[in-house]
Amino acid sequence: MLPYVFFFVIAFVWSVFLFLEGFDFGVGILTRTLGRNDEERRRIIRAIGPNWDANEVWLLTGGILIFAAFPAWYAAAFPSAYIPLLLVIFALIIRALAIEYRSQRPSHRWASTWDTANMVASVFLPLLIGVFWAGMVHGIPIDAEGRFIGSTLWSHISGYSLVGGGALLTFSIGHGAIFLALKMTDGTEKRAEALAKPVILLIFLVMAGFSLWTWMSYSDDGAGLVAALVTTAAFLTSSLLVYSGRFLAAFWVNGLGILAFMGQIFIALYPNVLPTTLTDGLTLTIEGAAASPTALSLLAIISLIGIPAVLAYQAWSFWVFRGRITKEVAAESHY
Amino acid sequence: MGDSLLVDLSRLQFAFTTLFHFLFVPLTLGLGPWVAILDTAYHRTGDERYARLTRFFASLLLINFAIGVASGIVQEFQFGMNWSVFSRFVGDVFGAPLAMEGLFAFFIESTFLGLWIFGRDRLPRRVHLATIWLFVLGTWLSAYFIIAANSFMQNPVGYSINSSTGDAQLVDIGQVLFQPLTVWAWLHTIIGGVIAATVFVFGVSAYHLKRRQHVDIMWKSFKAAMITGILAGGLQFVVGDALGVVMVDKQPMKMAAAEAVWETTGPCASLGIIAIPNMQARDNSFEVGVPCLLSVLATNSLDGEVTGMNELQTQYEEQFGPGNYTPNVWISFYSFRAMMGFGLVGAVWMLFALWKTRKRHLPTARWFWAISIWIIAAPWLGNLFGWIFTENGRQPWVVYGLLKTQDAVSNLSTALVASSLIGFVLVYAVIGIVEFRLMRRYVIRGPQSIDEPMPGEPPKVTPSLPGGLR
Repeated sequence: MLPYVFFFVIAFVWSVFLFLEGFDFGVGILTRTLGRNDEERRRIIRAIGPNWDANEVWLLTGGILIFAAFPAWYAAAFPSAYIPLLLVIFALIIRALAIEYRSQRPSHRWASTWDTANMVASVFLPLLIGVFWAGMVHGIPIDAEGRFIGSTLWSHISGYSLVGGGALLTFSIGHGAIFLALKMTDGTEKRAEALAKPVILLIFLVMAGFSLWTWMSYSDDGAGLVAALVTTAAFLTSSLLVYSGRFLAAFWVNGLGILAFMGQIFIALYPNVLPTTLTDGLTLTIEGAAASPTALSLLAIISLIGIPAVLAYQAWSFWVFRGRITKEVAAESHY
Repeated sequence: MGDSLLVDLSRLQFAFTTLFHFLFVPLTLGLGPWVAILDTAYHRTGDERYARLTRFFASLLLINFAIGVASGIVQEFQFGMNWSVFSRFVGDVFGAPLAMEGLFAFFIESTFLGLWIFGRDRLPRRVHLATIWLFVLGTWLSAYFIIAANSFMQNPVGYSINSSTGDAQLVDIGQVLFQPLTVWAWLHTIIGGVIAATVFVFGVSAYHLKRRQHVDIMWKSFKAAMITGILAGGLQFVVGDALGVVMVDKQPMKMAAAEAVWETTGPCASLGIIAIPNMQARDNSFEVGVPCLLSVLATNSLDGEVTGMNELQTQYEEQFGPGNYTPNVWISFYSFRAMMGFGLVGAVWMLFALWKTRKRHLPTARWFWAISIWIIAAPWLGNLFGWIFTENGRQPWVVYGLLKTQDAVSNLSTALVASSLIGFVLVYAVIGIVEFRLMRRYVIRGPQSIDEPMPGEPPKVTPSLPGGLR
């Protein structure tokens, strides 16, 4: 029972991560495009300033929960994705410094260089994370001992995994544009709104394609169909909402869409956590890869206390920093 | 088992990335409470000098924290990427402390730091003050959970071995979290952070006092750092000794190597000051020591005996089969001394500075200020050597007595790990230099008057407080 619970807890945590960091990535990608001068770009970064770091912790938590609840899954998946994950690490490092250091010196060139670095890192992050997850659905070479034995360069790369990466990349750009449409003023929000329109349609198309591919190739059951339909319907709805100017509603519907997207991936994996591509290999199952009942019970207590508490105080933090980033807000004193 | 070059490269990469990360951790652990205390003093007294000090040291804390977070993320991935056999072996036990770190510490740190940085004009004063203290709590808890996981590698407790998979399995989380080694090692780490931060504040203040700039507030921070640092140094002596006694009991080989003791000693064992260990002959070619001191330090009594590496080696061969169970004695012996020397020299120097400035008179001698500034580096070296010592002393085990380092690596190509190591060195060199220069710039710029905008910040729309101090 508990292994199955944690399988879906992990899906939930990764969805929250993509919902929250999705717009942080998007903001990183769009800072230079939507902000015409340093003052505007500084305000764009200020929109994610108080929260991006806590949002990133959802990624760490998602990784740790795989480690803690399914050690065998973690031990096979992470070395197999050595190159994508190495790039994820470098991108996370560069992005963190870009956000924190861009305004630490008065020089415009300094800020502009960091904004470019942030853009590149923010493109790679959703792309690689999408490749990582879709690559697992596709399966990797795991031998009968449960060890990864392939080439790290290609194991996660397939047409399908690239579509998965593209889905998360376009999602992040669109989600970020919607976020900025809600947070900015003085014309920046208009440019974000205009940009969101074509991008949200693109998200809808890529997500629909990804959903169709997932359902056809990796999960032909009813649950997979439902998740595929919900994903597609959600992004169709948010496209309609964006075109009718209801950005806040579109923002939340995106959340539903990304939850259904991760749902598809986990339904496609179920009842396995990591399928092997070798005929004589070992497919890791939810039961087979799970930690002991003692460890899982403890983890259940930790998650049951921790996750709601984090959601509560993080929501409070978003509430404290609600509202648009006007020039006055940007001038508020900070350390 | 395993390709030995692959094992060496994987170890080197883990050591390099972790030590780099630990360049920033101690300052966060120590400077966090320092900033929180300054902010509290400002809230209580309304004295603007505290506000200026808070702001000054907060800017340094934030530059440091950003890179600490960025370099810390790496570890969460690296366990699985490079040490997958290890990860599978310990995952059942390790998972709980790591999950607690994420859910009970990381989120608190990051959320409440964001609230503190940007929330000054948005939160009630008391709530705003609470956020910086929650941040400090988060950093200290985070250290605790990581030390608990590390202590399991040094001295596994609260587990059983699963008979079908051969992996460790959690039995008693209480033991994992609260074994004496964890508690002492955590205190040791926290105090190490406090020492690093006090010496840092002392040195930064000295930089401005030397130039007779911002004397009103820099004298305050100089004095406070000096006194706190001396007390922390004294406390570290006691805590370090207590940790040493636990280690003699739990990891006798590590401590024997620390002292280059090959043959089991009699009572009144002497403490080596210099030794030239010969690892082939399993003896020292040369040594100079202080009589009886080792017995006192290792066992807290004059006639305590210390078990030597040769006896332990024989014992381990019987227990675990043939193999070399002795860590590199050169590294153990000298990193142990470097840890203590660099770790405590700051406190000793501050004691001297306290005496030099006892009449509230700033010395004029250039050498006094030069040393007071350069001494900042010492606790950093002390902390790094401490980790080198404790992790080297664990070898050849990755989980003491259960899993050898050479058997724990992922099945990756040597060229791949060599490339990623080069990648880390290049990226870290760049960001290390950027960080250092930014830090230096802010230190030199010194504290600003309270209504001065931060660099890159537009001028205030409404001037907040009339007139700075000077």
